[in-house]
Amino acid sequence: MDDIYRDVIIDRYRNPQFQGKLDPNDYSYHDDNPVCGDHIRIDIRVDEKDVVTEALFTGEGCSISQASADLLVEKIIGMGLEDVRSLGKEDILELLGIELGPVRLKCALLSLKVLKGGVYGLDEIETLDELAAS
Amino acid sequence: MDTKRIRADFPIIDEEVRPGVPLVYLDSAATSQKPLSVIEAMDNYYRKQNANIHRGVHTLAEISTADYEEARGKVAKFIGAAKAKEIIFTRNATEAINLVTNSWGRANLEKGDVVLLTEMEHHANLVPWQMLAAEKGIQLEFIPVTEDGRLDMDAYPALLNKKPKMVSFSQMSNVTGTITPAAEIVRMAHEAGALTLVDGAQSVPHLPTDVGEMDVDFLAFSSHKMAGPTGLGVLYGKADLLEEMPPFLGGGDMIKRVKLTSFTTNSVPHKFEAGTPAIAEVIGLGAAVDFLSSIGMEAIAAHDRELTSYALERLEEVPGVWVFGPSAEHKSSNASFTFDGVHPHDVAEILNREGVAVRAGHHCAMPLHEKFGIPSTTRASFYVYNTKAEVDHFIEALYKVKEIFG
Repeated sequence: MDDIYRDVIIDRYRNPQFQGKLDPNDYSYHDDNPVCGDHIRIDIRVDEKDVVTEALFTGEGCSISQASADLLVEKIIGMGLEDVRSLGKEDILELLGIELGPVRLKCALLSLKVLKGGVYGLDEIETLDELAAS
Repeated sequence: MDTKRIRADFPIIDEEVRPGVPLVYLDSAATSQKPLSVIEAMDNYYRKQNANIHRGVHTLAEISTADYEEARGKVAKFIGAAKAKEIIFTRNATEAINLVTNSWGRANLEKGDVVLLTEMEHHANLVPWQMLAAEKGIQLEFIPVTEDGRLDMDAYPALLNKKPKMVSFSQMSNVTGTITPAAEIVRMAHEAGALTLVDGAQSVPHLPTDVGEMDVDFLAFSSHKMAGPTGLGVLYGKADLLEEMPPFLGGGDMIKRVKLTSFTTNSVPHKFEAGTPAIAEVIGLGAAVDFLSSIGMEAIAAHDRELTSYALERLEEVPGVWVFGPSAEHKSSNASFTFDGVHPHDVAEILNREGVAVRAGHHCAMPLHEKFGIPSTTRASFYVYNTKAEVDHFIEALYKVKEIFG
């Protein structure tokens, strides 16, 4: 069986590098996975060119959801918002470096959903089911 | 009790989760496994006698109707109901409670009336009352839960002083396994002039049930947690109450006579069984009741309690594991716990690699988890086919969690 508990996941879960809140911020959004109660908040600051200068997350949940949030926040620092908007399921799986079944996939994608909610605004976010099927 | 022989009755017990990894099924509080006799009873119905019940004159319809009604009688006897008509078949225990809130509740409760629940309820015994509260303006009160996960019976008399019309509570928590003093709660409720509903989804599969002795007014439980099929629940109600209550769902079978703009209702229990019911499942439940009775509910209760106590002892040995709920003498059939620094989903995932099936989450009891100050737990639950060797396997698997998460 593929080992989903790679060192990077356990490390990021136990010692997250990008945990915290930004106040003030340009974008802040939080959401939860109603199936398990995991929740994540992501705060972002951007410069005048809409490039992400700082980003942090807070949350509670399983190793997959929290490690993926930490890795995702790290990835978007320095990215333009347009590029952030185009991030998808494959980018998250690449960051984690693992294959996931349908249930744990939603754990992994919660941070992406939160990020999209923050940068798109409420109306356009996809549900976890839609993201998982994308 | 001959657990080895009982295990042989459950085909799934021999299955492997993956090649070389046998199944250790510790998730019976979610749904129990099914013995061959139940599977065969349903298979036989579909192979040899499938026909819709009631009003049919052909042979198969007669046989199916007789089997369906025979199962109703078996269920009545199993829980000590005086009459078969006091058994109403629903889709699940949840629907059984919704039947009471919609039928009895709407007809009998008015703005300001109090309904007394408890803090340990499953969402199935909270949300239907909340919906009724939103509609009718009734007031919900709650018997508190003590730190060790029991009902605070010292707080109960003062709550009865608020003159509740209904006291609705679980006889066994699906999170902590806490057994509540149902007969005492019912007696005190009656003295205060309240009716009672017991959520028996967890207790009926694990404890001997006698509605006469308990004197409860309504008892809701589900087939699939007591070795029967899914898609079927039961509402027991005292006959005189059921007779007075208006129908819940409308349609075929629940009527005596229908005109274009009006109807008269059928007699109990048919008044509450609109549409074609889950015939095969009811016959399957009849077989499940036969199966449980052949072992004896006293023996099953003793087995489940012994296994739970053993699991609690062994869980105490594992560093970082914290079990919720009271000591072994007040509970049965399940153990919910947290693991320091490891989320329940990760615990469940690692146990699954070892073939151990447990559940992780809030177990449809979010308020109780909030009370304990934790978002979720991992739950191992036990039934008639589980063994001490399986508990040992489960404990060994927990040490693997420790290995991975350090």
